[in-house]
Amino acid sequence: MKTELYPSKRNDAEDELRTIEETVFSDYKYGFVTDIEADEAPRGLNEEVIRFISAKKKEPEWMLEWRLKAYSYWLTMKEPGWANVKYPRIDYQDIIYYSAPKQKINPKNLDEIDPELRKTFEKLGISLDEQKRLSGVAVDAVIDSVSIGTSFKGQLAELGIIFCSMSEAIREHPDLVKEHLSSVVPITDNYFAALNAAVFSDGSFCYIPKGVRCPMELSTYFRINAENTGQFERTLIIAEAGSYVSYLEGCTAPMRDENQLHAAVVELIAMENAEIKYSTVQNWYPGDKKGVGGVYNFVTKRGICKGDHAKISWTQVETGSAITWKYPSVILKGDYSTGEFYSVAVTNNYQQADTGTKMMHLGKNTKSRIVSKGISAGFSNNSYRGLVHVGKNARNARNFSQCDSLLLGDKCGAHTFPYIEVRNNSAVVEHEATTSKIGEDQIFYCNQRGIPTETAVALIINGFAKEVMNHLPMEFAIEAQKLLAISLEGSVG
Amino acid sequence: MLSIQDLHAGIEGKKILNGINLDIKPGEVHAIMGPNGSGKSTLANVLAGRTDYEVSRGTVEFLGKDLLDLAPEKRAGEGLFLAFQYPVEIPGLNTINFIKTAVNEVRKYRGLEPLDAVSFLKLMKEKMALMNIEQSLLSRSLNEGFSGGEKKRNEVFQMAMLEPKLAILDETDSGLDIDAIRIVSNGVNKLRNKDNAVLVVTHYQRLLDYIVPDFVHVLYNGRIVKSGTKELALELEERGYDFIKNETSAVEAV
Repeated sequence: MKTELYPSKRNDAEDELRTIEETVFSDYKYGFVTDIEADEAPRGLNEEVIRFISAKKKEPEWMLEWRLKAYSYWLTMKEPGWANVKYPRIDYQDIIYYSAPKQKINPKNLDEIDPELRKTFEKLGISLDEQKRLSGVAVDAVIDSVSIGTSFKGQLAELGIIFCSMSEAIREHPDLVKEHLSSVVPITDNYFAALNAAVFSDGSFCYIPKGVRCPMELSTYFRINAENTGQFERTLIIAEAGSYVSYLEGCTAPMRDENQLHAAVVELIAMENAEIKYSTVQNWYPGDKKGVGGVYNFVTKRGICKGDHAKISWTQVETGSAITWKYPSVILKGDYSTGEFYSVAVTNNYQQADTGTKMMHLGKNTKSRIVSKGISAGFSNNSYRGLVHVGKNARNARNFSQCDSLLLGDKCGAHTFPYIEVRNNSAVVEHEATTSKIGEDQIFYCNQRGIPTETAVALIINGFAKEVMNHLPMEFAIEAQKLLAISLEGSVG
Repeated sequence: MLSIQDLHAGIEGKKILNGINLDIKPGEVHAIMGPNGSGKSTLANVLAGRTDYEVSRGTVEFLGKDLLDLAPEKRAGEGLFLAFQYPVEIPGLNTINFIKTAVNEVRKYRGLEPLDAVSFLKLMKEKMALMNIEQSLLSRSLNEGFSGGEKKRNEVFQMAMLEPKLAILDETDSGLDIDAIRIVSNGVNKLRNKDNAVLVVTHYQRLLDYIVPDFVHVLYNGRIVKSGTKELALELEERGYDFIKNETSAVEAV
């Protein structure tokens, strides 16, 4: 039969509805703190701190210079104020820029990991034990500032795939790092990117050699644990010609009253005919119901389709953080290259999100597709901000954008800021936008069929977000559906 | 099965129902007719538990339970079904998934295990054949882009899947051409048995040519002013609602 009666891939997800219902009443369940001794830098930011971080990481001299250059540039910059978010001034001298769990760094094998840390990841539902791992997902876990361990390393190495922490990559693969680091997001790119370059402490590095199709999902799990700590990770993914990789990151943080800063940089490089699929399930602590605490998530993510026929696809499910400021972008340099952005951003209570994408069409016959779904509840504000740029040589560029907003209640806001710059008259750029409310009518209709309100809301929002959810790897689609329901707990009825 | 006594209800402070009395027994089909604004849809919505409506007086007993005390989803669990006059659209929500969730929620309410995929599929195939509904319709998002006839057929299909004790059809004929009315009515008739009952709310007699009622009640100014057999519906068709209005005002004048 042509139309799938039981879209088998989605079927499990639907059976999860029961679980959704059970979890709907739970509060932020990742808000525990692990009692681990940490090795920290002194509070505040200056050249000494940067030297401290670099020394801790046993970095080569060129890396330290690179950091110091970024730092001196950062000092000349001003914090951007154009985003549709409000927050008190951040005191950059009141942040601890490096915190490492005190344990033997670089465990030779995963058994050497501190049992407390191991427990942390088990609580998060992430097991580092290779034999127990979800089949086909290799994980790199980053807690506070350092990478704890990477699973499935051996198996990946046989294919020539490098998947390790950024610190290790700097030591073991300096040529690759030197060539590509900050080639997509320059250290001068923006305030938070410059700050990240100066102080980043770890992150994941991933290299897929020519013609290799990575046989498993690669995944990084980030967790902020220590108090007053910023997390500044940096991820670099290089996909050589004809290769393919699917990568997923997940993030959580303990519940704390003060705000924590997270300023990450992600760079993706796709060569000719290569494809990178990058998925994010972001669930940093959003603050409490009154808007106290939560993570400031100021992230720069950008990929470049360097070669012809390259493809980069971003999929994000953003449910956490007090403030999200993030625009995963694609530079479409190669001819016939493709950029995609699929996003679901949920804001509840006093959360604020200003998120979207930039599609820079430079090559000929380049295509991009943007699907953004914003869900706002409580007193939150949710903005889509996107730029579609078609350069003067980008003949026959095509873009399709769709931005839909769903409102729950009447105290929240949804905003759309689409920017379109077209310098070549052969371009076709389409933009569609809708705003709707979860209606009493929809909920009553479900109720009348025997479906309780919380389940009804979960059905409605998952229907709304479906187009994006379908782009997530299966294992995470279920998790993401649950997250949507949890984030909107108590916002209707 | 259903016993309504002296029911008064309204919306936003406006009184609409002014003392409804009605008894429905298993196996019966009742029709509520009346001019626009007489309170027909209000009655259907109050019975289904829509929260915008306030009940100020009266009782409703359904299968021995105080119906007004139950949340809408519990009323559904008890076996009450409302076929909506305007079924809502839920974009992105697959119709089959929606019905599966509904069926299993109702089963859960009744203390039954949820149907597994295979049993659900079997039940669905059976009802699809009975209702003459094609799968392509059910594979789409719930009611999204459905024609008027498709929406109503989907309502009756859901009714078949949920097997209610009492089905309320709220102006199911509105906006349908005669062929669609016939299809929808045939569906309803196939579901009738000695243990369930149907309450048909309609403005026109023509639906009652297909779903033949045992009793017809005329609603006017929020009250049942006349009850009779199916001949009453024909009389209304012939003479219009004016004769009821005139009779009623004559009675009130006395």
